[in-house]
Amino acid sequence: MLFEVTLSGVTLGGMYALVAMGLTLQYGVARIMNLSYGELLVAAAFAALWFYSGLAINPLIGLIVVPPIAFALSYAIYRILLQPLVRRAKTRDALEVDSILATFGLLFVIQGVMLAIFGGAYFSYTFLAVPLKIAGATVAANRLLALLLAVVIGLGLYLGLTRTRIGTAVRAVAVDPVAAQLVAIDVRTASALAFALGGALVAAAGVLVSMFLTFNANLGVVFTLKALVVVIMGGVGNLLGALIAGLILGLVENYVAVFVDPGLTLAATYGIFLLVLLVRPQGILGQSSR
Amino acid sequence: MIGLGLRLLSATAVAALAFALPASAQDKVKIGYAISKTGPNAGGASITQIPNYEMWVKDVMAKGGLKVGDKRLPIEVVEYDDRSNSEEAVRAVERLITQDKVDLLFPPWGTGLNLAVGPVFNKYGYPQLAFSAVTDRAPDLAKRWPNSFWLLGTSKQYVDALTDLLKKMRDEGKIGPNIAMISIADGFGIDLSQAARKGFTDAGFKLAYDKSYPIGTQDLSPLIGEAQRSGADTFVAFSYPPDTMALTEQSKVASYAPKVMFLGVGVGFPMYAQRFAANVEGIMSLGGWSKDNANTAAYAKKHEEMFKRGPDRWGSQIGYASLQMLEQAIERVGKLDRAAIIKELQTGTFDTVLGKVKLVDNMMQDNFWLIGQWQDGFFVGVAPQRAGVGTPVVPKPAWKN
Repeated sequence: MLFEVTLSGVTLGGMYALVAMGLTLQYGVARIMNLSYGELLVAAAFAALWFYSGLAINPLIGLIVVPPIAFALSYAIYRILLQPLVRRAKTRDALEVDSILATFGLLFVIQGVMLAIFGGAYFSYTFLAVPLKIAGATVAANRLLALLLAVVIGLGLYLGLTRTRIGTAVRAVAVDPVAAQLVAIDVRTASALAFALGGALVAAAGVLVSMFLTFNANLGVVFTLKALVVVIMGGVGNLLGALIAGLILGLVENYVAVFVDPGLTLAATYGIFLLVLLVRPQGILGQSSR
Repeated sequence: MIGLGLRLLSATAVAALAFALPASAQDKVKIGYAISKTGPNAGGASITQIPNYEMWVKDVMAKGGLKVGDKRLPIEVVEYDDRSNSEEAVRAVERLITQDKVDLLFPPWGTGLNLAVGPVFNKYGYPQLAFSAVTDRAPDLAKRWPNSFWLLGTSKQYVDALTDLLKKMRDEGKIGPNIAMISIADGFGIDLSQAARKGFTDAGFKLAYDKSYPIGTQDLSPLIGEAQRSGADTFVAFSYPPDTMALTEQSKVASYAPKVMFLGVGVGFPMYAQRFAANVEGIMSLGGWSKDNANTAAYAKKHEEMFKRGPDRWGSQIGYASLQMLEQAIERVGKLDRAAIIKELQTGTFDTVLGKVKLVDNMMQDNFWLIGQWQDGFFVGVAPQRAGVGTPVVPKPAWKN
């Protein structure tokens, strides 16, 4: 039983991590506190739904098609909407405030478009809802897939960021955009890339969660909030941190649900969040900003 | 400053105009409503409620307008989004009354918002035909606000009907005495689980598992596992639509097959049967339809044609019936005299898709099904005991792949 609860906790945590990874890139590197993050996730979920029930295309193909579109879209959003803010912001803090306001507006634009097309009703479909037995415990294939992809994407991006030249540039921008310029890094391009990559990641997350969650056009904020908790807990800009924080939250939620009381899962989540903020304000794997 | 001046000017102009026009020169009926188009309530509102409003207006217009006296008047609709927020709903309803000067109001979606706007409807004397609110306070509210009608019943009604059903199955030896119950920690789940806790125990059942979970819980497998381990062969969940979907899917994955599976809001949604197809068989929930009612069948067909999806098999038909009642009350009164319309609603007998409806103490009697079950792809009413009642199927058939 302990193993079964752990397994379901890990899959839930994997989903949280998956949902949060894009935001950690957007917030940590591009310094854009993207409030419309969850809306993009829901939009991707709608795209997957449309592929599946409208065109009878396998959502796994959606997983190949949707993220590049989201990448291009996010890149355009950054260049057109956010770059002017970056240019005129005197400090990082000013940029954060401006980006919150701008993306708050964007949230309503995306939500409004989705409401106009799909209305406010709930949507869901069934895909890969088959039980898999792992050492006697049962897990749903679609949720396991989300976990596996979270791990693959997390590790892949981690390696990409630490082992490649462009990855190093992106990390340099995350640490100090001014100093990064001094060593001839194109900060704007690196930021735009990080933001677009974050968009592609959240789209992948949207396609994956659409396979097992029921969603409607208003659900974005739920994901934005969850992602924000995971990002801050894991350390802003740190992909492995997001993965670890997501897994911790998933495990704690399910342990509390089984061994304490399911009514206390939210309290436990925010209790852990507070604890991390008190003990390590920079996040589990975050670097102190001093 | 100029803006303010202009607004003042136009406000005076409108006021003057209103005085200048005699009341008899009414050439249209203005109907207003505030409803959750965004926010957490939007999912329910756009499935159960908004389609009814649009369909009824279309139907009335197709007849040439709303019959008031010897004329048929066109309907003008004023709609606001209350953003699932009670203050916003109250503000919007007040605005509809005082600024838009609507002749009639439709209610918002859900128990919470209907309670929130109740005092405003009452203060200005507008009939409030709430059909998406379930509250045990309904009888008291109907006394305090005689203009308010609570058509979807009380938590106790549903729980009593479910308990009677389970008791019968237990006495016939079809199920054991243990029940596993979970509920969402929000208005609906709290109300119903409280009533059920008492109802089940009084009837001699034992709650082998009884927990609530917070709204927005994205993984229900721990609760399903615990319910499974509790050994109870009846599973009752007072859940919201996203959880209802997840419970169904995760129960299937976990091969959790209790003899009785009762789930909350969403089982009657068109998407539910569409998504789970043959696996809906035997699942029970609130609401239900009559198999032999040609009127509701025609209503469902029209709903599907107009919105490309069927109605909710719990509240939708009651909602449409409430609008038919309003329409007939206006026709009988012959003018838009709200006090007289309320009186007619309280005392008259109406011909609706549900059949003949006569309210008692502003509430429906045995006009609708409290508990339904999916049988052969139809969500048939199995309680209360009245004409056309279906026989519940126990145990629930096994999950299919």
